[in-house]
Amino acid sequence: MSRNGSLALIFHTIFVIFMVAPILVVCLVAFTPEGYLSVPMNGFSLRWFRAIADYPEFINAFWVSLWIGAASSVVALLFAVPAALAIARYQFRGREALSALFLSPLMIPHVVLGIAFLRFFTQTGLSGTFVALLIAHVIVVFPFALRLTLAAATGMDRSVEMAAVSLGAGNWTLFRRITLPLILPGVVSGWALAFIQSFDEVTMTVFLAAPGTETLPVRMFLYIQDNIDPLVTSVSASVIVITMLALILLDRFYGLERVLAGHSDRGR
Amino acid sequence: MSGSASVTAAQETAAPASAKPERSGARAPWPLLLPAFILFIAVVIVPLAMTILLSFHNWGQYTGIQFVITLKNWQEIWSDPYFYEMFARTFRIAGLATLFAAIFGAPEAYILNRMRTPWKGFFLLVILGPLLISVVARTLGWALLFGGNNGLVNKALMTLGLMDSPLPFMFTETGVIIALAHVMMPFMVLSVWAALQRVDPQIENAALSLGAGQMTIIRRIILPQIMPGVLSGGIIVFALSASAFATPSIIGGRRLKVAATLAYDEFLNTLNWPLGAAVAVLLLIALVLIIVGSNAIIERRYSEVFR
Repeated sequence: MSRNGSLALIFHTIFVIFMVAPILVVCLVAFTPEGYLSVPMNGFSLRWFRAIADYPEFINAFWVSLWIGAASSVVALLFAVPAALAIARYQFRGREALSALFLSPLMIPHVVLGIAFLRFFTQTGLSGTFVALLIAHVIVVFPFALRLTLAAATGMDRSVEMAAVSLGAGNWTLFRRITLPLILPGVVSGWALAFIQSFDEVTMTVFLAAPGTETLPVRMFLYIQDNIDPLVTSVSASVIVITMLALILLDRFYGLERVLAGHSDRGR
Repeated sequence: MSGSASVTAAQETAAPASAKPERSGARAPWPLLLPAFILFIAVVIVPLAMTILLSFHNWGQYTGIQFVITLKNWQEIWSDPYFYEMFARTFRIAGLATLFAAIFGAPEAYILNRMRTPWKGFFLLVILGPLLISVVARTLGWALLFGGNNGLVNKALMTLGLMDSPLPFMFTETGVIIALAHVMMPFMVLSVWAALQRVDPQIENAALSLGAGQMTIIRRIILPQIMPGVLSGGIIVFALSASAFATPSIIGGRRLKVAATLAYDEFLNTLNWPLGAAVAVLLLIALVLIIVGSNAIIERRYSEVFR
């Protein structure tokens, strides 16, 4: 089947076990019928999934995460699409510097961003509000939205646009009917990756979240800090399953490799 | 809005599919850039400047933040060995997690790249997928695996006869390093994978036809060519590990402080914001210097490969 030797395949097997084990163990423990942390040996139970319903903090946090993720990705795209078109099509002074500025949230540690936002929103009186959380998430997901849109705008065939112009299309018509549909795959994947980034973000959000504006990862993190019980494993297992589904959809729709390529030089 | 700018540009050149930006030296298309630019000035640059300023403010147990300019926080970090130890621990953990990720991630990327089509895609998904799963959920997995003396890892290692007595993983640097390496591993695999895509398979075949063994090929053909990928992956993993928060916090517990968890404590428990800001600013400066410095070295050293 493979050109790899047996030694390579043993290494590969151990590696895959290493990568999958922590995720698998969370999903297994979530199905324990016991009242304590244990890998279910005799029979699975959904009791800890049902228990989530009795703990409204997790449900609320889930909705906050969903809203923040969806809204911040849309807002980020509203800013990122024009910027991406400008960067993709024009050579101007300060182009590199602007790109660096727009990608800087990848390079600034999220703990520093969290502190900066906390200070900023406290000073401006927005601390602990939904709006503050939204703005902060827009900044954090912006580079992902920009990068995928930029890739689409750079690789776009411009002859269709020229044809539309020669046929008398106006600016707005041109954008709405030609440019946007052509870069749409990039925009949609940019939205999806931005959503996932926002949905997973914990380090920065933990500084900003107040009761009522806690996102799911923050709620999980704060819960784990107090104690680890099967409830938080069932919540985590649900998050893992949701992410996996999104992952498979994203892979079908756009190709995971291309989406993840947006990650590959985030430290640079 | 975006139309007017793009139309003029489109009319000027007759190279439709060209990806190259045109109009060299022209003025920036500000109508398109201004919204994002203003957003970033207002919500990134200004807050960062405020944070730097905050690190120079004074703080007292009963007075709170005092708006004076003082070097007190910086002097405290400079003179108190506690901070020296904490930063040393932060960078030690990040360095070892990076080493761990490189030693296991690079060979795995190579093995993945040699797999046949359905398996290649499947395992790529399995290995890179965790990148998108919440860090908290992944770290919880390690907390469950380590879990005290009868955690699953210890049970497995003792059943296999590799150890006699359980090793402590929870609340130790070893545990944090392993969990961090796992969290960051996809970045390393991805980076080496990208480098491998640029390797011409013909070179490998040429070496093979000239009688080179597998180890020789890896050592003399593959390794030199993927080294930039390993190094740039290493920079990413190091930077993210040194500023990691959730993993060191959950696995390391309350006593094993790193820069990010200490800054969090100063902000949300002790409420000494100026000191927390100083720690965060120092972390930022250290990381920017390390990233920019090592990028420059890598690019100079491997300029051939990037060309």
